[in-house]
Amino acid sequence: FQDQAEQFFRSGHTNNWAVLVCTSRFWFNYRHVANTLSVYRSVKRLGIPDSHIVLMLADDMACNPRNPKPATVFSHKNMELNVYGDDVEVDYRSYEVTVENFLRVLTGRIPPSTPRSKRLLSDDRSNILIYMTGHGGNGFLKFQDSEEITNVELADAFEQMWQKRRYNELLFIIDTCQGASMYERFYSPNIMALASSQVGEDSLSHQPDLGIGVHLMDRYTFYVLEFLEEIHPASQTNMNDLFQVCPKSLCVSTPGHRTDLFQRDPQNVLITDFFGSVRKVEITTETISLDSDLAGFESK
Amino acid sequence: QFQLAVPVAVVFAAGSVPGDLPEPLPFRDVQEMEISVNLRTSITSRYEMVYRRTTAEEEAALDAATAREADAALRPLQDASLGSLTMYVVPETSSLLPQGISVYVGKHRSALVRAGGGLAALRTRLRQLTQVMSFTASSIAAALSDRVPDSQLSPDARRHLKSSLGYEITFSLLNPDPKSHAVDWDIEDAVNRYVQPVLDKLSLVANFSVDSQILYYAVLGVTPRFDKESSSFLLSAHSLPHVINPVEARLGSSAASLYPVLNFLLYVPERSHSPLYIQDKDGAPVSTNAFHSPRWGGIMVYNVEAPASPQASLPLHVDVDMVRVMEVFLAQLRLLFGLSREELPSDFLLESPGNEGLADWELDRLLWTHAVENIATVSTTLTSLAQLLDKIGNIVIKDDVASEVYRAVASAQSAVAELAAGHLHSAFQASKEAVTSSERAFFDPSLLHLLYFPDDQKFAIYIPLFLPMAVPILLSLAKIVREARQRKKEATKMD
Repeated sequence: FQDQAEQFFRSGHTNNWAVLVCTSRFWFNYRHVANTLSVYRSVKRLGIPDSHIVLMLADDMACNPRNPKPATVFSHKNMELNVYGDDVEVDYRSYEVTVENFLRVLTGRIPPSTPRSKRLLSDDRSNILIYMTGHGGNGFLKFQDSEEITNVELADAFEQMWQKRRYNELLFIIDTCQGASMYERFYSPNIMALASSQVGEDSLSHQPDLGIGVHLMDRYTFYVLEFLEEIHPASQTNMNDLFQVCPKSLCVSTPGHRTDLFQRDPQNVLITDFFGSVRKVEITTETISLDSDLAGFESK
Repeated sequence: QFQLAVPVAVVFAAGSVPGDLPEPLPFRDVQEMEISVNLRTSITSRYEMVYRRTTAEEEAALDAATAREADAALRPLQDASLGSLTMYVVPETSSLLPQGISVYVGKHRSALVRAGGGLAALRTRLRQLTQVMSFTASSIAAALSDRVPDSQLSPDARRHLKSSLGYEITFSLLNPDPKSHAVDWDIEDAVNRYVQPVLDKLSLVANFSVDSQILYYAVLGVTPRFDKESSSFLLSAHSLPHVINPVEARLGSSAASLYPVLNFLLYVPERSHSPLYIQDKDGAPVSTNAFHSPRWGGIMVYNVEAPASPQASLPLHVDVDMVRVMEVFLAQLRLLFGLSREELPSDFLLESPGNEGLADWELDRLLWTHAVENIATVSTTLTSLAQLLDKIGNIVIKDDVASEVYRAVASAQSAVAELAAGHLHSAFQASKEAVTSSERAFFDPSLLHLLYFPDDQKFAIYIPLFLPMAVPILLSLAKIVREARQRKKEATKMD
């Protein structure tokens, strides 16, 4: 009976995916790239492999002529942590980060010539983490200064995903100004959303670095990352703790969250259900018996 | 709302006919059972039973010494089409079935049932046997898992591999300590000898592609505990979930194929961590020394014996015993597909399928569930596509998308009809075609809703542009019309 109760509260997923999108380009938006790369690092550290991460970045920071430390992207001042590292695998870079490509990745309506690494091959037992950062407004998110995605389009894309059962549960995190407006229109089940600021509020950046000359991170993502650094693959921390991250005193903006579409109680949702990749295993107790002498050797 | 028909032939051997038959042999009987999936969906299973006596050849075959020989002799005498079952009822005193066993299930599509207890008991046993060899309510519910409310599903209902057109199987040898062990595995020979026959049997279900690799310096993510009593290293059951992740990043996968990948890993522990055993929940070492993860694959730990003398030269040459390894991997492959032999009643004796890996009726089980799953997927996909088209009125449907939709509908209808008639093979093929067509139609790149503007957006863009321009134009048009009318009136006035 105890076992059954446990299983009821546990998520029914067998694999994890992450879609991490940075929607800005240009040198002064350094912090958005640093945000996304820091989340990428945490997600990889907690176990999600590159083959299950779709990373969309403008990727123009590390080799930017204005970068005093080429080939690096730092997330802490005093250059403590280089999040660019040696094994970053960017799937959509530079001008490929468009609203169309993002929606194609989510809904799966991709031209047949797209390679496997650029696809979201999730199934009905996948938990997907979607992280978006950039400049946004009330009901829209700006993509690379040339186009926008509205909250209605995003909600429709998630509904298309649900219709085809492309996810089991979805966690949507957005760190932009007026971020809460982006999750207002969701209507598909099993979605939990977090945003860094409410409608009418701006999300602020965290620390400027005088050596590099730009702001390195946004406040909300900075504190989320501090929180994630203490999570390891076996930890039992749940979502309610994530909701408490970055109170108004530290963040200046008021982070918001939405859980009404989510079936389970956030208290029973582990952080590693979305950020890590803990697989269900079963001991193999059956074997078959093979007869090595009688096996027919077919020469092909 | 659809029917699954299973043709079953029940053949009574001499001396096994129960006294209380409703009609003289031979006669037909149809038993229907309803499996209700949710409030609106239900599936009716029809067991079309034909009861008859044995023919002379069948009697001669049943005279064999053991059940296995009888089964082999009976095989050419029965209806071998996919989905059909033949059950031979032998007298209660027959020596074909060992003591305590009342049902023997062969490796094709037939079974031997011991008579006894009258017709009602026989019927119950036959029904149980039919369900084992074709499908049960829970296997159908698992196939339709996205329609069943979560509370009614058993917790392991959605862990079997989903029906797909193909699967990629990768065998990997992990050697974290190449300085101590130089491991050799003849994987190509093993795949040809042991894996290929099983995949050939499963070729009806899907296309399989096999590859293999060797990874050096790939460690497990967990440090095993040293156990003084058995002087071996132990991996406890609850640390197993964390083993897979660090390795997975290095496994790689084919860039060209989009099929689900099944990974089978053989791990040779380091010299300093040998021997390594996996512990189950009760603390006992697992006999297979292997574990698997649903929808992912399996891992087996292969212990190398310590060298006889401590001065033996490193690296030790290790020749992997592929038979032992493949026995475990193929068993894991069966479990991943959902073919388990553990939950059967104790008085059933199952024939081992040998090198083929699975019995014919197990293949049938897979085909039943996959056919039902495919048809359900087609109907969900097409319904959702129709809803999308309703929402975006001005979406453009290309001709090839339209023809795929028509093909999907036709194939799905034919699949349902064939299932109701009991032709499993053609039903499954039709359901596969239906799924291929519907997926192609749904995921066509031209159907992105972003590309089609809703009307209110069109108004919002064009009105601010054209309205200011339109005002002077309309006003001057009105002025011209007024002047023309004036002129006409004056023209008539002058006349």
